[in-house]
This record gives sequence, structure tokens and C-alpha cells, in this order.
Amino acid sequence: MTPIVSAALMARLEALAGAANIVFHPDKLQAYAVDAIVPGAAARPESAGQAAEIVRFAAAEKLAVIPVGGCSKLGMGQPPSRYDLALDLTRLDRIAHYDPGDLTLSVDAGMSVARLAALLAEHNQFIPLEAPWWEQATVGGTVAAGVDSPLRQFYGTTRDFIIGAEFVTAAGTLAKSGGRVVKNVTGYDLHKLAVGSLGTLAALTRVNFRTFPLAQSRRGFLASFSQAGGAIELRKRIAASPLTPASLEIISPEAARRISAAHAPMDASLWHVLAGFEGTETVVARYERDLARLGEAVGSAEGRVVGEAGWPVLRARLREAIPLLLAASPAAAVCRVCVLPGKFDEVFETLRAAAGKLSLQSAILARGTGAVYFALLPERADEDALTRLAQAGETVFKIAAAAGGQASIPWCPVELKKKVSVWGPARADFALMRRVKNAFDPAGLFAPGRFAGGL
Amino acid sequence: MMAKLIHELEALLGVDAVLSRLEDLLLYEYDGSVEIGRPEIVVFPRTTHEVSQIVRLARSHGAPIVGRGAGTGLSGGALPRAGGVMIVFARMNRILEVDYENQRAVVQPGVVNTDLTRAVEHAGLYYAPDPSSQKACTIGGNVAENSGGPHTLAYGVTANHVTGLEVVLTDGEIVRVGGMTSDALGYDLCGLLVGSEGTMVLVTEISVKLSRKAEAVKTLLAVFESVAEATDAVVDITARAIIPAACEMMDGWTLARIEDYLQAGFPRDCGAILLIEVEGLAEAAAEQAQAVTEVCRAHGAREVRVARNARESEDLWRGRKTAFGAMGRLAPSSYVLDGVIPRSKLPLAMRRIEELGRENGFRIGNIFHAGDGNLHPLILFDPRDGDQFERAVHTAEEILRCCVELGGTLTGEHGVGMEKNELMSLVYSPADLELMGRVRDAFNPEGTLNPGKVFPTGKGCGEIRIKGKLEKQAASMESGPGEGAAPQ
Repeated sequence: MTPIVSAALMARLEALAGAANIVFHPDKLQAYAVDAIVPGAAARPESAGQAAEIVRFAAAEKLAVIPVGGCSKLGMGQPPSRYDLALDLTRLDRIAHYDPGDLTLSVDAGMSVARLAALLAEHNQFIPLEAPWWEQATVGGTVAAGVDSPLRQFYGTTRDFIIGAEFVTAAGTLAKSGGRVVKNVTGYDLHKLAVGSLGTLAALTRVNFRTFPLAQSRRGFLASFSQAGGAIELRKRIAASPLTPASLEIISPEAARRISAAHAPMDASLWHVLAGFEGTETVVARYERDLARLGEAVGSAEGRVVGEAGWPVLRARLREAIPLLLAASPAAAVCRVCVLPGKFDEVFETLRAAAGKLSLQSAILARGTGAVYFALLPERADEDALTRLAQAGETVFKIAAAAGGQASIPWCPVELKKKVSVWGPARADFALMRRVKNAFDPAGLFAPGRFAGGL
Repeated sequence: MMAKLIHELEALLGVDAVLSRLEDLLLYEYDGSVEIGRPEIVVFPRTTHEVSQIVRLARSHGAPIVGRGAGTGLSGGALPRAGGVMIVFARMNRILEVDYENQRAVVQPGVVNTDLTRAVEHAGLYYAPDPSSQKACTIGGNVAENSGGPHTLAYGVTANHVTGLEVVLTDGEIVRVGGMTSDALGYDLCGLLVGSEGTMVLVTEISVKLSRKAEAVKTLLAVFESVAEATDAVVDITARAIIPAACEMMDGWTLARIEDYLQAGFPRDCGAILLIEVEGLAEAAAEQAQAVTEVCRAHGAREVRVARNARESEDLWRGRKTAFGAMGRLAPSSYVLDGVIPRSKLPLAMRRIEELGRENGFRIGNIFHAGDGNLHPLILFDPRDGDQFERAVHTAEEILRCCVELGGTLTGEHGVGMEKNELMSLVYSPADLELMGRVRDAFNPEGTLNPGKVFPTGKGCGEIRIKGKLEKQAASMESGPGEGAAPQ
């Protein structure tokens, strides 16, 4: 549908945020498009207070709003049923509070993740949010998108280190939950609901995190196998060992081809296990010895340390694995299949068989904790490819369910979303999610239709 | 009305699973501390289906419901504020499934925290959240309160270890949220419900992560002349890229009282001690122990003891673990707080707590989780003295106000419950509380589940509600000293 923001409304928006901070030129609005739906306007507030005023205005005028940051992950979720106004929060880009000694950080949602990482690194700290689209992504967008990072193996996902948030509610008021301390059970953890909510509950204006000290040394270990089974076995042995690597991934040959980097090449005909580890020199040396021994024990074709030169490069490629996979096909779909790692054998095999049966190229990147990214890579973006993708998608949902897990399709062509819901089949807890949505946003102001269960 | 409900519940559960006589109910009117609230009926379901049926019956009679684990809570979370039905999960205490390879377990809510660790430790695994009451408290109660413990600095609190829940809604419907991994699709309902203090749903099954025991553990005790020096050491340890598994502080006065009791060789004349545990690979634990020792010395530690074996480590922990018992000898009663502050503010907070104690005529002990700034000031007083009792409440409130002013909050692990709900407005604006209220109402639309908790009632604005507890203690004083509640 064509969004309509009339000239009169536009003038009032300009009065709220200043003409220079309202975007209405169609060419510039393209950057804010969500699933090819272009909003009627974008507003770039300079403060949380101004963002609240804009939301109040939108609520009164019944405009549908999508909060945006770097616009790198706007294609996630179902297409919105309405989208009138983009609330661009990138001008909220300051650190609100940071005392390295407390290991806590309060940062505006529009701060870029790359810039934040650089600022924290000055104090030898970081937050384990090595998210894809690194150069473009903002803190708020990364939280709202619910993307994970390779570091989750040790540090967990955003829900594990977010300690509070401030946001604009659908009523246009400022609200918050949590705080600036690591341990806190005062009130409900509403900020956890923001993780992965795709902006459907509230517009994040500030996020509080726990920070972590940067280790002295960080390196990687790469082992290769002719079959998936060897890689799966190595992951299992590492998990059962005293080692606690920072990251641990299984990479299929097709994924290795796309992730492989010049300074740290991976053989595109082999399966790989890629472990990242950190600590003092003595500790990383122990990792190197033990990983080499474990790799040999399970018959790795080759096991090698990725040292100080290669590791940052390979690590960055790994961080960007999803955009790299999406770039590998004109109609790529990347599914997220969350199962326990003990199911990897069965799940890898059935996923690959399903793709093969539909003549679709595929690639697998599996995080050691159980999140499997399964990319379907058709050669062309035609109707036939979409039909096959839709069939594959339905099969992926079934495979996940059969393995006791859950699946979604976070990234895929817009056209596919007409054939299959990216959230998979309806589930009993969708009704509870509707209750949560209604508590936050009863009128459906924020990104209507984008979320699971048609929220 | 209640007679009919009792009859229906007895028909559903059997007479041995329903209590309604006054002398039986008296056992369920208190918990680890705080207040008194007597249920009208106590039931002991064995299955999720029974919980669902209980909820339906109670609802048809308009009776409020409160869930309860072992009753060790410290904020009155498991006490009824308005009578009604108390569902005690003691008989739903089975470990339903252990998946060793994937390090997962599924448990019923009545499983005692340490029992889970005991069941899996033969495989080198354990359940990480370790509240001090872990030998008694249940995992269901831990889920309700999002419990912590001394080792949560490195390993996180309950919410970090729970991936999925089976819950009974206020209309009796049974729903699963989350899953076996922490990537549940959609809103993080599991993250919301863990720590919701029994005000949204009743939890009937819990999927948890199990952790692998570290290869090596080193325990250190460092003795400082002042809290300020000890605090600087805590901050500096992190600057060396070390996150200790535990980092506990005790002030010198408290330690001397513990030594009076234990006579275990702790110094009587220091300003503060740190009890630090580092763990991981053998190389990491050894290096970190060395680094921690250096940092402590650099910040003026007069002595650093490193335990050479498990036995010595236990000896060092003994002071910490018996601390609340030792303090209990000094006064007829004590009141333990749970405020949190940014840890760099520790010296300031300690000074302020001491001042507040002095102004109000109390010695306040401090035994707490320094690594995450979670304080447990212990106010020693005599509840039979009406004036002292008022001053104790006042002091507690002032201390919590101070925590909030320093950028902290009211509670780190004990919960808000019916103890601190009137203080919520110190931390949250009306808009914050309204939104939280709407989220609660979305799950608990009729307000029948654990009413009168977490949110200010508007009746005793800005007050800690411990009056009932104090009266209870005053009454029990007549029959001899009671056991002090052990905080986490």
C-alpha cells in the first residue's frame, strides 16, 4: 500500500524536529524501505525527548512507525502491513555513562557498534556483540534485530549482557527498565523483550550493557574434515573438555568458500571447525596444544592455529558470514535453525538433503551452542526459484520441529514472504506474545505486521 | 465459599494434599524474612494438570493464588497478601530429564537447587546459580526471584541458565515458552517471566543449562586496612582482564565478630577482607591467582592467603558462610538488605552506611558480593524495643535510598515482593511502573496471582514494609532466639 503523509502533517513534523531533520524526498526515503515499502517520511530526532514527541504525534495521527538505526537489517520479519514514518535514531549517538571500573555502559541506541567497540577498546573492554553489518549497524538496531555473534559460545547472546534500556513507548512517553548495575531484580526485565523484537514494542533510545575486559591475546584454531561427521565430533569433544573457547563454529564447504579470507584461507572442499580462544600467552598456548590434540584424535585432515595476523581478518569474515552468504545468490534465503548441538548430525543431513532434492545450493554455519544458519542459494531469482525456496522453507520448519527445535527465516527475498511466513507455523505461545504486544502497543503503532504471529 | 473450595480441592487432589486448619496454615504464613501473610488453603499438587485444575477452581471462587517453593525467600514473594490458595510445589520435585551431552536438564519447580547439582556432578557438571539457601531453596523459587549467589559474577544469575518454561496461566491454560536453546523465536517470554516474582504465571517445568566444572579453582583471602583499598583492588583485578568466579567482601568489624565466634584465625583488626575465587584451566587459575595476589598487595593488602587445597579453600569460605549465623549472636534480631550500587562507589556507600548506622544507633555489618556491587548490610537490633524497631526500618530505607542515589537499585537478588514495593518509585517513574503494570495485567488480568507484590500499593508510600516481621520477631523473642535468615 502507498503510505500517505500529507503536506500538512509534514509541516507539523518539521516543526517538531526541524526541517533539516525530516526526510521526505522519495530518493532519500528509499534507504528506509522495509521489504520494498517506502515510508512517507523519516524523522531524525536529536534526543529521546524529541523522539517521544514524534511518536506522540504519530500516535495522534495514527501513523505507523518503524524505529530504524543503520538500516542494515530492515528486511527481517514479515512485510509491515502499514509503514508511514521511519524514526531514524542515528542522531542519538553518545555514550551516556561509562565507568570502566564498574564494567557497565549506558549508550544511546543510535551509536554505531563499530564506533562503540573502538571507544571501549581504549579502556581495554568490549561488549560481546560482534554483529554482522558491523560498519553500518547501530547498537539499538542490533539489539532489536536479535542477531547473535560468534562470541555467544562463551559470552551468551544479548539477553545475557543487556542490563537495562530506555525507550519511547507507543504512547509517546519515555520509559525504562533495569538499570546500570550488573545484578538487578528490581521490577520486570522489559529490556529483554526488546531483544529481537524488530521495533514492534517500543523505540529503543538507550541501552545499558555489562562490559567485559579484553584478553591479552586472541587467536583461532582451524581444523578441516572431509565429512561433516568429523567436524561434529570435534565440537562435541571440545564441549566435553575443560576448554571454554570464546567462539566455536562448524562451517560447511559451501560456507567456507564464502567466509575464507586471503590471510586465513579455508579449503572450499572441506568441512571446518573454527574455534576462537583468548587469555594470556600461557593460556592460549594451552588451547593451541589441546585443540591440536583433539583435532588429531578425531582425524582432522589439517589443524592449524590462526595467529595474530590472520585471526582478526578471519574473525571479521566470520562476523560477516550472513551478509557474505546473502551475497552469494540473487535470491538467497538464510534460515536460523535452533536445535541442541547433539542433533547436528541428523539436522545437517536432512537440511542438505532437502536442499539437494529441490536442486538448491546450500551452506551451513553452525554455532557451537546450537544456532544453525542454513543458507539456500538459488542461482536465479525467478518464480521457479521462489517456489523451490518456499518448499525448502516449509521443510526446514519441519526438520527443526522434528529435532525438538525452532526455525525462522530471518533473511530472504521479499517475494518469498508472500509464499511462506518467515516465522514458521503458528505456535501456542504466539497468543502470549500478542498479549505482550497489546500491553506495549495496543493500537499497533510500531511496525504492524512485521513480527511473529502477525503482530 | 472457602469451605466449598476446600471440598473441591480435596476431591481433586485427595485430602492429604490440602491443608486448611489454622494450626497447619500457621506453618505457611512466613518465609525467609519480611512479613506475615496467612493463606486460607495450602495445596500440594503433583502434576502440571493438577496445578491447572487448582487454578481453575480457585478462579471460579475468585480466590487469589500464590505459588511457593521452600519458603526461603527474603522479600515475602511466597506469602499471600490477601489470603486465598497457596500452591506449594514441594511434591513436584522430580528431575525429569538430564541430557549430559548437551548439558541440559528439565526439572519440576520443587527440585531443590543443590539436588540438581548432586544428580549430575558425577559427570563433571553442575547447576551454576548458587544462592546461599541452595540446600533448601527450590529451582521454581529461584526462577520466580531470578536468584543469584556468590558465583554469579562470572556465571550469571538464574535467567542466564533457564532456556524454557512450562507455565500455567491464570485461566488454567498450560503453555510452553522458550525452548532448549536460548534462541526461542519471537519475544523472549522466558526472559520476562524469570524474575516476575510469581505475579504473571505459575511455572510447572523448567529447562536449564548445566555447566561444566572448571579444571582448577584457586581461593584467596586478602586482608586490607580499609574498604577503600579493598575496593580499588576489586576494580583493578578487572583491569587485568580477570573476572573472578566470586569476589566477596566483609568489613573488618564484621570479620572480628566472626572470629569471636569461629576462632579460625581471621584477623580482628583489619578494615576489610576480600574472598576471591578464580577458576578455569589450570594455567589460567594459577596465573590469575598470582595476578590477584599482586593487585591486592599493590593496593595495600597486609596479607594474602592462597588456599593450597580444597580443605584450605573451605576454611577460607567458612567465615563467609557462617557470617550471618555469627552475627546473629550479637543482637536479638537482624534485618538484611540487598541494595546494589556501581561497585566503584563501594567506599562511599560503606561510609554512608556506617554514618546512617551511627546516627540511628546501630552497628551495621557488611558481608557482600563486591564484584557486582550487591550489598547486604545487616542491621542488628532488638525488636522488643519499639523505638529501635522504628529506627531499624528507617535506617534500612535510608540505606536503600543511598544505593539508588549512587546509581544503583533496591534489590540485586532477593526480589521486591511485599517488602520493598513501596520504594519502587525511587527507581522507576510512574510511566515505567504503568508499563510494567500493563505487562503484568496482560498475564494476570484479574489480579488473582500473587496480588499486592512488586508494585507500590499507594498505601504506605515510600516505606519498607517489615512491620509484620518485626512484630513476629518480637513475639518469637519470648520463646528464645530464632535462626537468622541466610541471605544469598
